[in-house]
Amino acid sequence: MNMHKDPLGDRFGMWLFLFSEILLFGALFVIYSVYFSKYQADFIAGGRQLDLFFGTFNTVILLISSFTVAASITALRNRQRKTALALLGFSISVGLVFLYNKYMEWGHKIHLGIYPDSPWLKEQSHGTNMFFGLYYVTTGLHALHVIIGGTLLAVSFAFILKNKVDPEHPTLLENCGLYWHLVDLIWIFVFPLFYLSH
Amino acid sequence: MNIPSPNDTRVPTFYETPSPKNMRGIWSWLITYDHKRIGLMYMWAILGWFTLGIVLGILMRVELLQPGGKFVDSQTYNAFFTLHGVIMVFLFIIPGIPAIFGNFIMPMQIGAEDVFFPKINLLSYWLYVLGGILAIVSLFAGGGMPDTGWTFYVPFSTKTHTNVSMATFAAFTLGMSSILTGVNFVTTIHRMRPANMGWKQIPLFTWSLYATAWVQILATPVVGMTLLLIILERAFGIGLFDPSKGGDPVLYQHLFWMYSHPAVYIMVLPAMGVVSDIIPVFARKAIFGYKAIVASSLGIAIAGSLVWAHHMYTSSMSDAAVFLFSFLTFVVAVPSAVKVFNWLATLQGGSIVMAPPLAMCLVFIVLFSVGGLTGLVLGSAGTDVHVHDTAFVVAHFHFVMFGGVGVAFLAALYYWWPKMFGRMYQFKPAYWGLGIFFVGFNLHYVTMFMLGLQGMPRRYYTYVPRFATGNFFAGIAGVVMVLGLAIILWNLIRSLRSPVTAPNNPWGSTTLEWQTQSPPPLENFTKEPVVPNYPYDFPEKPDDIVRV
Repeated sequence: MNMHKDPLGDRFGMWLFLFSEILLFGALFVIYSVYFSKYQADFIAGGRQLDLFFGTFNTVILLISSFTVAASITALRNRQRKTALALLGFSISVGLVFLYNKYMEWGHKIHLGIYPDSPWLKEQSHGTNMFFGLYYVTTGLHALHVIIGGTLLAVSFAFILKNKVDPEHPTLLENCGLYWHLVDLIWIFVFPLFYLSH
Repeated sequence: MNIPSPNDTRVPTFYETPSPKNMRGIWSWLITYDHKRIGLMYMWAILGWFTLGIVLGILMRVELLQPGGKFVDSQTYNAFFTLHGVIMVFLFIIPGIPAIFGNFIMPMQIGAEDVFFPKINLLSYWLYVLGGILAIVSLFAGGGMPDTGWTFYVPFSTKTHTNVSMATFAAFTLGMSSILTGVNFVTTIHRMRPANMGWKQIPLFTWSLYATAWVQILATPVVGMTLLLIILERAFGIGLFDPSKGGDPVLYQHLFWMYSHPAVYIMVLPAMGVVSDIIPVFARKAIFGYKAIVASSLGIAIAGSLVWAHHMYTSSMSDAAVFLFSFLTFVVAVPSAVKVFNWLATLQGGSIVMAPPLAMCLVFIVLFSVGGLTGLVLGSAGTDVHVHDTAFVVAHFHFVMFGGVGVAFLAALYYWWPKMFGRMYQFKPAYWGLGIFFVGFNLHYVTMFMLGLQGMPRRYYTYVPRFATGNFFAGIAGVVMVLGLAIILWNLIRSLRSPVTAPNNPWGSTTLEWQTQSPPPLENFTKEPVVPNYPYDFPEKPDDIVRV
């Protein structure tokens, strides 16, 4: 039953879901703004301790992957299945690179003794603790979304292979693409808040 | 009574048509995509939780029958009110009307054959079940029964050794279920109406679900994040709400109420929608101010999102903030009052036909008005300070939540039961149950208003002897109330075995769900329903209502 075909409605529903995702991060941005106004100096100092190179690199590759996802949708619509698959595969691997970078970055910080409730952080000022606490929560939640988004792209990849997603039925790929753009969009806010706060 | 005329050709109902097609028995329910079966599965689950919540409520009243706490110890009492709150809020009231009647009735009201995303609808259901199971497991696994109250306030919730992490995760899961339902409903209402049903021809119940669904989508993620932070806080000790590490515990309260106050409107709006749909049917008169009701639904959804901090007048906010939130709280009372006047004006001059659904709506109007007016006592910062965290607050929100939403839920059961099951229930026990419930309810909660004004605190397992008479009386009245409730539910369930078959449209209603047979077939309609120009146009025939 329910054989309706309404791709616009499918996308509409996805957008509604994305609103809820934005508000999920919105709560964190509220917390950020409250503590930023309270501990401005510490947040600026904290931002200096983050690796600007890693952050910028991740921003650039995530932006590129967003472009390649969009391009793969166009390719699929133009019946260039192989191009679509290649672009999608590239986007997924970029997601993995992003996560690897994040892992390295976190690992380095933890190695330095900067992690929630660490002895080093306990000696620091309250603002520094808040900055790194929020840093871990926000980038961690974002990384979780990268994993979910990458999985969704992989599912689309498999469905294109099985011809369940084709030029006539691109909705799944389009919606997964939308999700990936959201992951990208949120990072565009996270990046300046933490890495560029100085 | 009306018996379906012989030239009505009955097609198999959705009970007789398994969904999915190749499934049999229990599986044709558990993995069904049919919105009606999902609605009924919600119904049985929600009624089960409701019963458990009532039992916990009665256990608390037993503890409070006399001072001294002889029945259970304080820790168990804390677990009782936490569990009572979590179950009643997250598992009964929030999903109650939207998940059962939203699922079952709303697609039919707009002439659709299902919701827009049937599979996601099923996923919502199972997330709901999973959340419930997690809540139960949290009682017995880990450090013991959660004892924070349903608000999970820090710092206690991050310090207590009980299993708060799992309880908050349960609430998070229920939140996901709620968001997905919201997404589903908004999309359904936007995309699945027939071409000739414009926005001004949508029945008010569907309108109220539309406003509710937006609040679900936009407010729930905030509390989801907040509850996740509690879990992270307990696991890693980040200190985001811990003053000794630079955090601010009041910020937690802000974030919590940013969702949880709008959640009050997630609960109340569908209830108002139910009442707005029922009253014109039994007044045999067009609803007074259709546009005003729609506008006030949206107004409540918007203004209700801006009043959260009125829960926090005593949490050391700035005076300016207290003033502002007090003002906004009074503002939100306006659209609520608009609706009450709309209902009364609809009844005024109508050809009223009394039937249990209408009687229940009248109970709703009385109890909800008392709840709303006592809300103003709390919304005004000066008086709130005196009754904050007393039994007065408890009585107030039970008047709104139980006397308002809970009663509207019962009204919806009374109204749509014949459509859902194809059976009429007996009117006499329906009235008796309702009457006993009404009397017990008022004696119970009005007593708590008085106790609260005298200073009886909430959430205490014992009290000083001068409150003994009031608490004893409230306890007895509580039992009377539950007795009435039991009669209502027993009478409904008994009808499932009764031979009185309901006609397709026992109340003479004009919305689309009554144009199909009772219970409906799998595809809802065998022929395209006729969309009236205006959903509440009644012919002047006050006697076409079935009486049992």
